[in-house]
This record gives sequence, C-alpha cells and structure tokens, in this order.
Amino acid sequence: MAVLEARNLTKRFGGMAAVDGMSLSVAQGEVLGLIGPNGAGKTTMFDLLAGSVRATSGSIHLAGQDVTQAPAHRRLAGGMGRTFQIPRPFPGLSLLDNVLLARQSQTGERFWANFTAPGRVAAEERAARDKAMALLELVALARLADQPAQVLSGGQRKLLELARVMMADPKVILLDEPAAGVNPALLEVLIDRIRQINAGGVTFVLIEHNIDMVSRLCGRIVVMAQGKLLYEGRPDQVAKEPRVIEAYLGGVA
Amino acid sequence: MIDLLGYGAFFLSTALIFGLIALGLNLQWGLTGLFNVGIAGFVAVGAYTSAVLTSPDAADRVGGFDWPILAGWLAASLVAGAVAAFTGYATLRLKSDYLAITTFGVAVVVQLVALNAQGLTGGPFGVAFIPRPFASVQSDPVLFNFANLGVVVAVTLAVYLALERLSRSPWGRVLRALREDERAAIALGKSAQSYRVQAFAVGGGIMGLAGAVQAHFIGFIAPDNYLPTLTFEVWAMLMVGGSGSNRGAVLGAVVVWAIWVGSGALTAAVVPGDLQARAASLQIVAIGVMLCLILLWRPQGFFGARK
Repeated sequence: MAVLEARNLTKRFGGMAAVDGMSLSVAQGEVLGLIGPNGAGKTTMFDLLAGSVRATSGSIHLAGQDVTQAPAHRRLAGGMGRTFQIPRPFPGLSLLDNVLLARQSQTGERFWANFTAPGRVAAEERAARDKAMALLELVALARLADQPAQVLSGGQRKLLELARVMMADPKVILLDEPAAGVNPALLEVLIDRIRQINAGGVTFVLIEHNIDMVSRLCGRIVVMAQGKLLYEGRPDQVAKEPRVIEAYLGGVA
Repeated sequence: MIDLLGYGAFFLSTALIFGLIALGLNLQWGLTGLFNVGIAGFVAVGAYTSAVLTSPDAADRVGGFDWPILAGWLAASLVAGAVAAFTGYATLRLKSDYLAITTFGVAVVVQLVALNAQGLTGGPFGVAFIPRPFASVQSDPVLFNFANLGVVVAVTLAVYLALERLSRSPWGRVLRALREDERAAIALGKSAQSYRVQAFAVGGGIMGLAGAVQAHFIGFIAPDNYLPTLTFEVWAMLMVGGSGSNRGAVLGAVVVWAIWVGSGALTAAVVPGDLQARAASLQIVAIGVMLCLILLWRPQGFFGARK
C-alpha cells in the first residue's frame, strides 16, 4: 500500500514549471531514491511534499489522507518529516533541546498548561528527554547533548537532523542530500542508521548525488529531468538506461 | 536614619517596578528576539486602564467606577496584553528594525491619545487621586513606604517565578527556537505566528501591570510619564543586567535606576540654579556612558549567557 502518493503535481514559478506533472507513489517500508541532474526539480518536489511550497495543481496523499492544502507545520504531526540540503539546527540551543523541539503536540508547549497541569508537563518532558537521549545515542552524538549545536561539524549536523526528525515519529522521512559534505566514515554511520530506522518500519525518500549510497540503500529509483518523470527502475537498470545517461551528460557527451 | 530607611524603601519600590517592565521586555527580546521599542506605550495603556477604573469621579472625563485596586491591576494586564497581542498580530510579517519602527509608532500613538483624548484620559492634566495601597497609614511615611515596597516585591517575585517556570518550559524552548531560526521552527511543526503573538501579549501584559502598579504607587499620572525616554531606560536596564536572564532584568533595573537617580542628585547639587533644566539632559548622558562602560567590560551584561 502506498504511504505517500503524489498525483500530477505541478509547480510554476512565473512561466517556468519547476515540477511539471510529476506523479510518485511510495510504498510502506520502502527506501526510494530520487535523482536527476541539477535543476531537475527534486528539491522543489520535496518542498511540495513537505508543504513549504504550495502546488499550482495536483494532489498529495499521506497515509490515505489528502494533505495538499495542509500547511508545513501540520505535516510533521501528520507523519511527514524532512531534512534540509543545508541542515538548520538552532545554533545557540543544546543538541538535546534541538531534538526535544521536534516532539509534536507537547502539553508543555501550551502557555497555560505550565500553570494548570505542571505534573503532566513534567512527566511528558521526562519521557521526551529519555527518547531524545536515546536518539542522540543512535546517531553517536549523546556525549555532546549539552553542547550548543554550533559546535557540530557539517556531517554531525546531518546526523542531528536525522535524530531531530525521528523525534516526531514520522511515517515517511524525506532526506535532501544526506551525504553531501559528510566524510566517508560518518557516511557509513549514516547509511547504517537509515537502514536501522527503515527496518523499524519508517519509509524513506532520498535525494542524493552519491550514486554509491543510492544503490546501496534504495530498492527503486525515480529519475527526474526538467520537472518531469524521466525513468523509474531498480538501481542496476537506472545505471544502464541511455536516457538517464543522456540527461546527466546531455549536451556534453 | 529613619528617613534614609524610608527613602531606601521608596527607591527600591521604584526600581523594582522598572524591573517588572524589564522582565516583560526580557520575555519578548531576551527569549523570543522580538525588537519592541514601544515599551512606554504598553506601560501607559496599563497605567491609564487601572487609573480610570479605580479613581473617583472626575468632572471632565469618564470615571467614578471605583474598582478595587487589584481588579484595576488585573484589567490593566489584560488590556495592555490585548493591545500588545494586536500589535504582534499586525506585525507578524515584520522583523528586526522594521518591527522596531512599528512598535515605536504604536507607543507614539498611545502617548498622543493619552495627551488628546481628554474625555478618556484627562488630557495633559492626566489622572489624579489614583487610590494608593495602604493609604490609611500614609501619615507614617516609613511604615507606608515599607508596606508599598512589600506589595511591589510580592508582585515582582510572583512575575519573576512565573517567568522562570515559563522560560524553562517547553513553551519557552519554542520561543528560543523562534529567536534562533523562525523557518526551521516552522519546519518542526511550531506555529511561529501563534507564539509571536503570545510572546507579545504576555510581555505586554507584564508591562501593563507594571504601569498600573507604578500609577497607584505615585497616585498621579500624566502623558509626560510615557515618553520614549522610558523605553530607552528599560532597554538600558535589560542590556546591563543581561538579555535572556530574568535575574539580570531585575538587577539591571536596580543598577540603572541607581545611576539615574544618582546622576540627577549630582547635577542638582553642583549645577547652578538657572542651568538646572538643561543639566537634566546629563542624566541621559550618564546612562549612555555607563551603558558603554558596562558593555565594554561585560558585553553580555551581568547575567547574560556568553555567546
């Protein structure tokens, strides 16, 4: 069954269609790769799915619900988490606070609850803390939990983002270039953690230029070019497909 | 000696009322990063609300409601909070300097209304005969001053403790996240708009409460009390005490108010009579110079977190 489905998505910026009638169906528990040359519309596709950009036309369904009109800050609660191409941790806040902020529908985030139900707020906060520490443990950042996020390297920030998005218990995680700027040793940790989380039933869609990572993680790859679907298939099929090679090297080769 | 004690209580009461205003600003700026330079406006709204609701009937303006003082203070917080919430809502799309200009405009509008809406505010003559707490012991100045200090300390302590709880709560954590990166906070499912309005409303409500406490402490208010100088003083207090720290807001208020009063007394003592009016400007100079010195020595203020 499809956990995430996009039908005929189009996004126009003025006269230019960044995404032009894309349809996509992601099965529950799948790791789907989304590749394509620069400017193919991959990140815009993510923005549409995550709700930070509103589609010109088309629809998006998450776990059977039409979320096309839902604003970005509702989609995470609805089960769709995303990380950014350039990670955006809160630099002055501790790693622990960074992860805790991703928790959805916390009683303590309501003003009056802190005075009317302090016991419940404290209990939820304790549970959230335990979970956040376990997630930081998972991405090997637990020993830095009290440090401000600005001390992290680029690769560590990607891992922090992964822990943060996991805190919201998403059904689907959209990863935008998780491997970019990550050193090879840390990349192995990242791949390993994605597999581990995926084994727990979480579905992934990832945009990635690192073809080695994509073929190791993804069972299926969708190739975009000029806002449209170009090809769809297993990694070994994609690597041999003349149209894909043409799109990547087009005009040069 | 007794006089000195009484004056000490009076001084501390005045300073702690400024501390209350600074606590409100710390929630908006220190925690949430909202650049509010319309403080005087929210203080004025609170002061006038409570003054009009509690004072006896006056010939040329609405009045004679004779509410109890505590009810007046509660109304002052609610009305000032509502005005602040509206300001926050109207400025959702504005950031940093643009937000500052707009809030400044709000304060100017409030001050002009206070000056000109004679039927509501008494115009340039202000509101007099505002009931003072413990008026029955007024004949004993020391007792009176200390009773008032007790009230001010109790209010400040209550607000301080509430704010400490809030800034350590998940609610406060969301405000800090907004200060750091609004877009990232939205991506994590936080409604930036709702929290901005809340921070404006709660901070503005505290400023309004402080304005009301001050009005009842002095017993008389006029539009001149709510000029931009007040806003400047409170900002200086928060900067000196340390932005982001509630303790710093209160301590900064006491220190800056001491400098303000001290420099006033000094100019009164050394400047000849015919130049006194001009010498009053030296007070603002004194605050400015002290602010520079303190910030050179300790850029984050007394209690601020080092960046």
